[in-house]
Amino acid sequence: MTSKNKVIRVLIAKPGLDGHDRGAKVVARGLKDAGMEVIYLGLRLTPEQIAEAAVQEDVDVIGLSSLSGAHMALFPKVVDLIRAKGGKQTLVIVGGIIPQKDIPALKKGGISEVFGPGTPIAEISKYIQTHLQEVKA
Amino acid sequence: MAQDKSERKNEFKTTVDGLPVKRVYLSEDGSGDGSLPGEYPFTRHIMANGYRGRLWTMRLYAGFATVEETNRRYKYLYQQGTTGFSVAFHLPTQEGYDSDHPLSEGEVGKTGVAIDSLQDMEQLWEGIPLGEVSTSMTVNATASIILAMYIAAAEKQGVDRKQLRGTVQNDILKEYIARNTYIFGPKPSMRLVTDVCQFCAEELPEWNSISISGYHIREAGATAIQEAAFTMANGMAYVQAMLDRGMQIDSFAPRFSFFFAANTNLIEEVAKFRALRRIWAKIVKERFHSTNPRSMMLRYHVQTDGFTLTAQQPLNNIVRVTLQALAAVLGGGQSLHTNSYDEALALPTEQAVQVALRTQQIIAEESGVADTVDPLGGSYYLENLTNQIEEGVWKYIKKIDDMGGALEAIRLGYVQGEISRSAYNYQRAVEKSEQTVVGVNKYAVKEEEPPTLLEVDASVGQRQIERLKKLRQSRDNQQVKLALEKVKKVAATDENLMPALIEAVKAYATVGEISGALREVFGEYREPSIL
Repeated sequence: MTSKNKVIRVLIAKPGLDGHDRGAKVVARGLKDAGMEVIYLGLRLTPEQIAEAAVQEDVDVIGLSSLSGAHMALFPKVVDLIRAKGGKQTLVIVGGIIPQKDIPALKKGGISEVFGPGTPIAEISKYIQTHLQEVKA
Repeated sequence: MAQDKSERKNEFKTTVDGLPVKRVYLSEDGSGDGSLPGEYPFTRHIMANGYRGRLWTMRLYAGFATVEETNRRYKYLYQQGTTGFSVAFHLPTQEGYDSDHPLSEGEVGKTGVAIDSLQDMEQLWEGIPLGEVSTSMTVNATASIILAMYIAAAEKQGVDRKQLRGTVQNDILKEYIARNTYIFGPKPSMRLVTDVCQFCAEELPEWNSISISGYHIREAGATAIQEAAFTMANGMAYVQAMLDRGMQIDSFAPRFSFFFAANTNLIEEVAKFRALRRIWAKIVKERFHSTNPRSMMLRYHVQTDGFTLTAQQPLNNIVRVTLQALAAVLGGGQSLHTNSYDEALALPTEQAVQVALRTQQIIAEESGVADTVDPLGGSYYLENLTNQIEEGVWKYIKKIDDMGGALEAIRLGYVQGEISRSAYNYQRAVEKSEQTVVGVNKYAVKEEEPPTLLEVDASVGQRQIERLKKLRQSRDNQQVKLALEKVKKVAATDENLMPALIEAVKAYATVGEISGALREVFGEYREPSIL
């Protein structure tokens, strides 16, 4: 259970070789302004590196971004690796250029939500606040 | 009614840079510099006859899956009337990994075509005579290797390298700032960039050795003024690096080219292009003491601003692209890529690409805007904005000069910080509805995604890896080993790397292997994360 006062810890990372980091950075900054503690891990990371950092930093939320089309290969892998490393239950949310038809498979792979282009940060922040409780429950 | 002065907003500003916009502009608000098209400082156009002589090159950025699919797309585009090619490489090629590298997982053939070796490059151009076409290649950290492959592929077709026409992006500084496909640190990277520029100056007289790019800086969030200023600052850093190698300004500057974005804010963008021509001409003449007008001419490619494409109501993007393309043409660019309306959703389908190309053809052949040079020149508002943008750019240039130039400003994170701030400000403006995005924060509807999107299936990765395996079995591996040793040896000296790279690619050494050899000598760069 997270108490109401505990600051939400978020890790934002870009798996794969994609360099488009405008969205990831804007979201990182927006969530910080919304009162969360945000670690921006940067780009060109393997799923292993991201999972490792998530466990070490003991984050509540992981935000992944990819605009290169590698999301199906990379996003679910992060979830699997966190589970394999015995990390706590984490909310994994993703964004980027992700076709609608890939969303069911991503959700099956443990991704909680997909936020496409044009999503207001307020919506992401609200989603995190409401869904963290569910994950913990 | 004529007396009614009430207005629908408290204040009017240009949408991007927030410059104040007056109710009406009069002759005292803005006048040009009096130069004619084709005359220094080239504000109105670099050529006296503008597009009356030759239209801009219609060049669509394309590349996906393997060389077979991309070769087919190129032939299709050629048949549809494009006048130049523009190669999109997948990320592993751009970042120096082979398709079978663990970091390439999921990326093969996704953002561009998979090129691992000269064999792929030869097949990419199968049936396309490289002596007759003009090709632009978006590649930076591995630009030297890919250019070596292009030269080798052309020579296999029997084409003399002196005949080759095109551009290699080769602009590493904006990679650190915005696009993020660097491999090595700034010092060895600048050496590779200038190796290419020098080699082109000496061996490829018709080739643009660099395309100094504001486009990605803009896409990362910069305003029009920031895009212009940071690109000019990078351009000066490249010129200086060439001078430091002992080259004379007019031996290489005529083959320096540029690349900018065109946003929907039409007049501000036209003003930006005019201001840029004037600024670059002044820099090259006054700062670098060029005496050749060709060195002073800002020649550039334009791409419509990808960031403005919305996933919501994607057909609206056709209208955005039209306005942006119009800005590019009214601004006087030499080459133009128009985005496809479905690109906020996936790589474009053939149909969407066709609409994008037709947009340019309609502007060129139906609208009449290409029939006179700089048709908006003399508009009080446009001239006023041109002057204001120029002033804003010089302010930034001064600031960057004071820091010690672009390399230093990038090392300090200044440029990246400025862009991040603009990106965040824009996002907040959209969320507060101060900035309208039609179909997103206004006039939104509930909608389904359009059903037909282009897909690059996972088998592409497997096919490419198989092909690479076969290559490694069939080539002369001893020769590859020797060639890679030579690359390392030359990399450790000040000698130009291009000849050794050409030798290595001709031995069918791969992008990953050659980059690996260079990594051993140069090391790798890891970016500071600047939010």
